[in-house]
Amino acid sequence: MTLHDEELRTAERDAARHDSDSMLEPGVDGRFGEFGGRFVPETLVPACEELAASFTEAWADPVFRDELTTVLREYAGRPSILTECHNLGRQLGIRLVLKREDLNHTGSHKINNVLGQALLAKRMGKTRLVAETGAGQHGVAAATAAALLGLECTVYMGAVDVARQSLNVFRMELLGAEVRPVESGSRTLKDAVNEAMRDWVATVGDTHYCLGSVMGPHPYPWMVRQFHRVIGDEARGQCRELLGTDPDVVVACVGGGSNAIGIFSGFIDTDARLVGVEPAGGAAVSRGMPGVVHGMRSYLMQDEYGQVEEAHSISAGLDYPGVGPEHSYLASIGRAEYPTVTDAEVIEGFQLMARSEGIIPALECAHAVAWISRTAPEIQGQTVLMNLSGRGDKDVAQMKDVLSA
Amino acid sequence: MSGATVDHPGDLTADPGSVVTLGRIEREFRAARDAGRKLLVPYITGGYPGWQDAVRAAVAAGADAVEIGIPFSDPVMDGPIIQQASQAALDAGATPVSVLHEVRGLDVHVPLAVMTYYNLVHHAGETRFASSLAEAGISGCILPDLPLEESGPWCAAADAAGIETIMLAAPTAPDERLPLIVERCRGFVYSVGLLGVTGERSALAATATALAGRLTAITDKPVLVGVGVSDAPQAYEATRVADGVIQGASVVRRLIEGGPDAVGDYIAEVRAAIDAD
Ligand SMILES: Cc1ncc(COP(=O)(O)O)c(C=O)c1O
Repeated sequence: MTLHDEELRTAERDAARHDSDSMLEPGVDGRFGEFGGRFVPETLVPACEELAASFTEAWADPVFRDELTTVLREYAGRPSILTECHNLGRQLGIRLVLKREDLNHTGSHKINNVLGQALLAKRMGKTRLVAETGAGQHGVAAATAAALLGLECTVYMGAVDVARQSLNVFRMELLGAEVRPVESGSRTLKDAVNEAMRDWVATVGDTHYCLGSVMGPHPYPWMVRQFHRVIGDEARGQCRELLGTDPDVVVACVGGGSNAIGIFSGFIDTDARLVGVEPAGGAAVSRGMPGVVHGMRSYLMQDEYGQVEEAHSISAGLDYPGVGPEHSYLASIGRAEYPTVTDAEVIEGFQLMARSEGIIPALECAHAVAWISRTAPEIQGQTVLMNLSGRGDKDVAQMKDVLSA
Repeated sequence: MSGATVDHPGDLTADPGSVVTLGRIEREFRAARDAGRKLLVPYITGGYPGWQDAVRAAVAAGADAVEIGIPFSDPVMDGPIIQQASQAALDAGATPVSVLHEVRGLDVHVPLAVMTYYNLVHHAGETRFASSLAEAGISGCILPDLPLEESGPWCAAADAAGIETIMLAAPTAPDERLPLIVERCRGFVYSVGLLGVTGERSALAATATALAGRLTAITDKPVLVGVGVSDAPQAYEATRVADGVIQGASVVRRLIEGGPDAVGDYIAEVRAAIDAD
């Protein structure tokens, strides 16, 4: 038996063990505490109900779960490995371990969710996916799953993001998807979500909205979390093997919050400190207040009248003024914390990881690196697990401009 | 159908805290409908340059009520035309407070309803928002992203303030859902004409008359078709089944392209079309 086989078995066993849930199930009204819900146009209510029923049924069906596990293993490359950062750990005075979601097929954690949703869409008899995308990672993942499973795919992307992530646009097109630039509002992720919803309102009969994070109307925040909890479930077993114990701190970046909730899922019932790092210009939890947009009630950056504010971040994937409702809940009960880092700290973090470990992180994950590096003096000697949610290839052109400016 | 029907059982009883008396929109619409008049409700984006004159022109041309949009940053039920008008209004500094302030200066003789998105209500607080509508002389409110299941707190506040909450019914609703929506409707029932967002279409969708027919079969509240009723012939077609129509993008496009006079001309044209037998 190879090392990989061994690891794989452990991860699978562990995933099964933890599936009996430590994470909160939303109530019948789709709420985590007072957050979540289903604030959608009447046209979409039956579709959301159908989706919730189909997902519940599929998630309980071993045939569906086997199908998903197989495609995650044979296509996406799961389980993803853990990598200990000896150099950076020594430099910072901590023990630092990365969960390598960047090594998944398509280069980020997003593939876990899209394979789950695309399989479900097929099971529901849908023939087309619509998706929104910020950095393009979710769009690329959705286009990939659509190609694999023979579904049509339309991706909405803010015109600003189309410009700053042009290679990902081309990738999606290569994969057979149609990319529609969105010119409304701030022309970033938030507007791409609006446009994808408008598409879905008109096409709900044959189309599944493949939402890219733990946000939106019920059942999305819950369903997308279930598809990503494989990250945390694997990591828990892997940490016990590597460290002999649970980590002291679990850190991830937060846009909508899918990679963060995925890794938090494995440690919610441990003593680990859970840290979701938001960009200073898109800090829904620390700068927002409860509001309703994109189908959910959650922390949201808004003006004095409730108009949604535009987020500003160096990373397109975190340029989002809201956050998934379960994060709002975890923040409200004090189980997780949501600090912010500045673009300047992110640029430092990006280079720090590249130079000290030979790993170029996605700009999104560089937020987590930045927080760890800033906080290291306060957590000397502690063990830190960071979700490396994606690789930085998509960001090198942008960083070249930033660093040569 | 009888014009005197009062279908909220609590009506006219002695307990003012829990009763819902028929509001102005429903009262006037029932009376007009029972007198054989088809109802015409144009939508105009509040805060868009010239919007008040557009409301006055529409009323002079025969509108039975006017739906006033309070612009929101993320209007998910609106297509390009109304998005454009909303954005222009926001860029011109429109806020819920400024639009409601300008409503007071309208001085028109028909009832007014507000169309906006739920976050503006949630942010202000249900009770405060409802009373600000009432104080501005608004009779009704439409919140297209607030479906039945989430509407409890708002509806309670609106009922208490005497604001009629107009619920939307969509073509996707199964038969069992429609009576629940109709039951919660005040003013009239908004029958969504198609699967999609606001915007002009070259023909009236088959779903428009189909849903209106399903609704008129189960309620005697006025049923108006909106979303995708794009010109006078389509309005005529819709009112063969429904009690009236809401005209959104077609009105707003005329406001953008031709100003308030163009709105008045258009409403006169639709009025004439739906009045013909
Ligand atoms: C690598 C990577 N990490 C994180 C995110 C942010 O999403 P989430 O907060 O849902 O994990 C993105 C989004 O594009 C991403 O590409």
